[in-house]
Amino acid sequence: MTSASRNLRSILIGTAVTVGLGLSAPVGAEELRIGYLAPLTGGLAQTGIDMRDGFLLYLDQHGNKLGGMDVKLIIEDEQGKGDVAVTKAKKLVLQDKVHMLIGGVLASTGYALAPVSTELKTMYIPTIPAADDLTQRRLTEFPYLVRTSWSSSQPHHPLGQWACDEGYKKIVTIAADYAFGYEVVGGFQKAFEDCGGKIVQKIWPPLGAKDFGPFIPTIKGDADAVFSLMVGPMPAQFIKQMRGAGFKKPILGGGTSYDEFVLPFMGDEAIGDVSALHYSAALQTPENEVFVKAYRAKFGKVPSYYSENNYTTAMWLDEAIKKAGGKFPGPEELIKIMVGIKLDKTPRGPVSFDDMRNPIQNIYIKKVEKKKMFGYDKDELWNTVTKTYPNVSQFWTYGKDKFLAQPVYDKNFPPCKFCE
Amino acid sequence: MNTQFWVVQAFNGISYGALLFLVGAGLSLIFGVMRIVNLSHGSYFLLGGYVALSVIGTTGSWLLSIPIATLTIAVVGLIMERLFLRPEGHAKLVRDAVIALGTALVIRLLIGPILPRLLPGQIGAIIQVTLVVIVLAIPIFLLLQRISAVAIEADLLRQVLMTVGFAFLFQQAALDIWGGNNFDIQPPSALTQSLVIGDIYLPLYRLFMIVGALVIGIALWLAMEKTRMGAAVRATVDDAQMARGVGIDTNKISMLIFALGAGMAALGGVIGGAFLGVYPGLDFEMLPIAFAVVIIGGMGSLGGAAIGALLVGLADNFGKALFPELAYFTLYAPMVLILAIKPTGLFGRD
Amino acid sequence: MGTQNFKIAVVVVSLLALLIVVPYCNSFVVLLATRAMVFAILAMSLDILLGFTGLPSLGQAAYFGVGAYLTAILANNYGFGLKWDFWLMIPIGMAVGGVLAAFFGLFAIRATGTYFLMITLALGQCVWGLAYRWNSMTGGDNGITMKGGRPQFGFDLSNHINFFYLTFAFFAATLLALYVLVRSPFGKSLLGIRERELRMRILGYNVWLHKYVAFIIAGAFGGLSGVLWAHANGIVTPETLVLTTSVDALLMTVLGGAGTLVGGAIGSAIVFGLREYVSTLVPWWQYVLGGVYVLTILYLPTGLMGIPERIKQWRNSQKKHETAKMASAPS
Repeated sequence: MTSASRNLRSILIGTAVTVGLGLSAPVGAEELRIGYLAPLTGGLAQTGIDMRDGFLLYLDQHGNKLGGMDVKLIIEDEQGKGDVAVTKAKKLVLQDKVHMLIGGVLASTGYALAPVSTELKTMYIPTIPAADDLTQRRLTEFPYLVRTSWSSSQPHHPLGQWACDEGYKKIVTIAADYAFGYEVVGGFQKAFEDCGGKIVQKIWPPLGAKDFGPFIPTIKGDADAVFSLMVGPMPAQFIKQMRGAGFKKPILGGGTSYDEFVLPFMGDEAIGDVSALHYSAALQTPENEVFVKAYRAKFGKVPSYYSENNYTTAMWLDEAIKKAGGKFPGPEELIKIMVGIKLDKTPRGPVSFDDMRNPIQNIYIKKVEKKKMFGYDKDELWNTVTKTYPNVSQFWTYGKDKFLAQPVYDKNFPPCKFCE
Repeated sequence: MNTQFWVVQAFNGISYGALLFLVGAGLSLIFGVMRIVNLSHGSYFLLGGYVALSVIGTTGSWLLSIPIATLTIAVVGLIMERLFLRPEGHAKLVRDAVIALGTALVIRLLIGPILPRLLPGQIGAIIQVTLVVIVLAIPIFLLLQRISAVAIEADLLRQVLMTVGFAFLFQQAALDIWGGNNFDIQPPSALTQSLVIGDIYLPLYRLFMIVGALVIGIALWLAMEKTRMGAAVRATVDDAQMARGVGIDTNKISMLIFALGAGMAALGGVIGGAFLGVYPGLDFEMLPIAFAVVIIGGMGSLGGAAIGALLVGLADNFGKALFPELAYFTLYAPMVLILAIKPTGLFGRD
Repeated sequence: MGTQNFKIAVVVVSLLALLIVVPYCNSFVVLLATRAMVFAILAMSLDILLGFTGLPSLGQAAYFGVGAYLTAILANNYGFGLKWDFWLMIPIGMAVGGVLAAFFGLFAIRATGTYFLMITLALGQCVWGLAYRWNSMTGGDNGITMKGGRPQFGFDLSNHINFFYLTFAFFAATLLALYVLVRSPFGKSLLGIRERELRMRILGYNVWLHKYVAFIIAGAFGGLSGVLWAHANGIVTPETLVLTTSVDALLMTVLGGAGTLVGGAIGSAIVFGLREYVSTLVPWWQYVLGGVYVLTILYLPTGLMGIPERIKQWRNSQKKHETAKMASAPS
């Protein structure tokens, strides 16, 4: 536990607090003030730390400058609670006069912060909150919002198509019973069934369930595969218990079921499982290799999409500020500039914005493999990319208007036509 | 839903109940002997898992992690009980010293950024921190000596709140020491197999949990029923004052039971770690479930804890399987009903 | 009686100071003060049970949560409570808190001491379980974001200073109402029950009914704080009624001083100050919070409001000590 003792020591000696104190350079030339919201205590703390580290890595590599402006990053602990996030966001805007807000983890935090950005006319970049409607049906409520990450259903449309192309006919879904789970399953089901597959059963364990004993025996025997969506501490236990209960068929997963945040703590049972996301740490591009190595050297762990999304956000801002002439041009103008920027060399590959301020990006179909990567000498679990769907938008192949005409994915939408 | 479904579900419920027994039994005994509702019990569960992870990380031995984690947390519990819940004589001095040091550390952290670095290097910094903390601690200690704590032994609510204060402290400490990742404990591969009977897969690990809880439960029961010590514990549960009157050292018993309870919760954390994971927030997730066990079974009764654990395990399992929409509600509503009919729980005594 | 009047004067002056000073502070302080006052209402409602009736409840968040959820659901689904009808939302919120308490009280009031603690915990968890799982109504884990913003009725509550004034008014009114309650004959009998339940029973008081009514009143004010909480944050999640919220309310009350009403407000201010203000300064604020709890519980059993009393006690014992010394010196 070297990182742990380092953690503790840095707190004692006081190096870790300087960021939080915001005691950085005196006001001289205009600096870019960024209010960064991430949970640093409580159950989501590590997620928040991964996010923050991704952002810090970019700043660190670029002399703490974005587009030529010195950056004053004020990090606030939102404690994983929507109401605290709102208070802290208002504090950042009203007291610290930040130019923009970045962060949040949970979809609920995204939905809580977005109206704050509207009310206070401040740019907000939800780097993790993936709720579809933030950049879909409710986008008009949030004129100051730009999303640099993903929408929940975005990677799962291609995965549904892929599963169908691979010849799966009947699939059972098991997903955490909350909005994020509905959107992920909804996207998968829509694409899978449109292509001719059948979702024959949907099982919804409560969010946070780790004992899947009650659910595994109910899985229908005639399915070809299971599609799972798990978050936090759920994924590792799910796989272990599934295989322990004698389930031998393939398991597919939504992004967070196998992302690099959970993968290092999984057992070998996970090998061979397939999932989809807009990032894989095992992506074999020079940009990604450099990023993974730099991140791992600095923070002692493989970057997850939490880190990558924030790193890329910093990169995007860097370009935008540069284009704005090295100054903050006001939120409306900066958003206008930013959505016009296409980045070709981010760790996750080329990214650009659609006209609803959500990225168009590659979606990777990934298979868990145990192997050595990037010259590291240990066998580890990696998300090997087996297929790339290039430039996928949040509307998949449906087209914006047709897609937005349907309701947001929910527990009962798309309806389960083939469930008994 | 055929027989197979019911068999597997019942098996799963019982194995979850077995885990809950480990957590609940300690809580129940602590309450019985000390009348304390220990809200840091969930923390012991989580800390047990973390200590086990550290042991596995350094020695690679899962088997070794079980006794080490159990003993470590038993000692943590013991210290908490001796210094903060039932301090006697010199323990009060030690407690004040510990609090003074802790407060000094916090103050040092607060003023840290504005203190000049006098000693060079990493070791110099550590020496400086130590010196500053000690210098700060001395006046605080003297102050605490003068105002002196108000006896907490007889005040139920304050003891409860004290355990919450510790739960918060443990939570942050665990985060700082082990980080916030979602760890998982990997048991030896022999236990990850499944027993196959016809179409039914019974994971060996769940079987191991059931057997483990049975063994511990029976051992505890024998200890309680057949030994002098056990008799003394039972007497204390029934009526502490009377027990003291007949010469039982209730003080020693409270110490013993608190350590035992903490150790059992930690044991639950190690065994449950392979099944629920080890991650921040698990402490406050386990706490209400452990309480459900104790409340249903009745506080202070070992048999009650066993029945309570079994009922909660089954209710949770079948509740989730049959009415997933109402999960959690199916867990806590029966608990309210039982309490409404019999406020002391099924096997509790007043 | 003189000291009582003095105490009232101190409270009134402090309230006025709060009212005058806070709006001129930076907006973060205004936001925190607003949040702390809303929570103070919850803590004071709990004090009726804990401090004045001797019933330590671990489920007070249930009423808080129900008030908050109802406010959010009515506002989002029916647009109710966003104009002048906000004033109807207040009695509705109190009623729903009171009704829930009336129902829960049937289960809880029989129990005493630890068992009361446990059963209220169980009841609170039931409500949490429902909020967490009843997705179609509560939005599950995501909770409910209030789309309509804060109420507008000539007085624009979206302005955070205006909202501060409104919250202050409810806070002060609650304090007054509860003060009148505890000074009333009913409140006196509650105190009697706390001190000597058996004696009150023998004197012919209906102890159960007294406790039951106190329980309902506490629930009603819990509901009120929930209504304000929903509008203060614009979001309601299951986090609102999780076990730790109930624990927080209990700790705040004890921290400030149980049985003093204003103690809950002081405790709330301190906890919010530590959790949300200190957390902007240092990442390890939880140590400070945990430390303050432990220190208070050990050394200030009567809470911060008990400090003057503690000093007096200490002086007296010091004096006694000295006279004892002097007396023993010649011999």
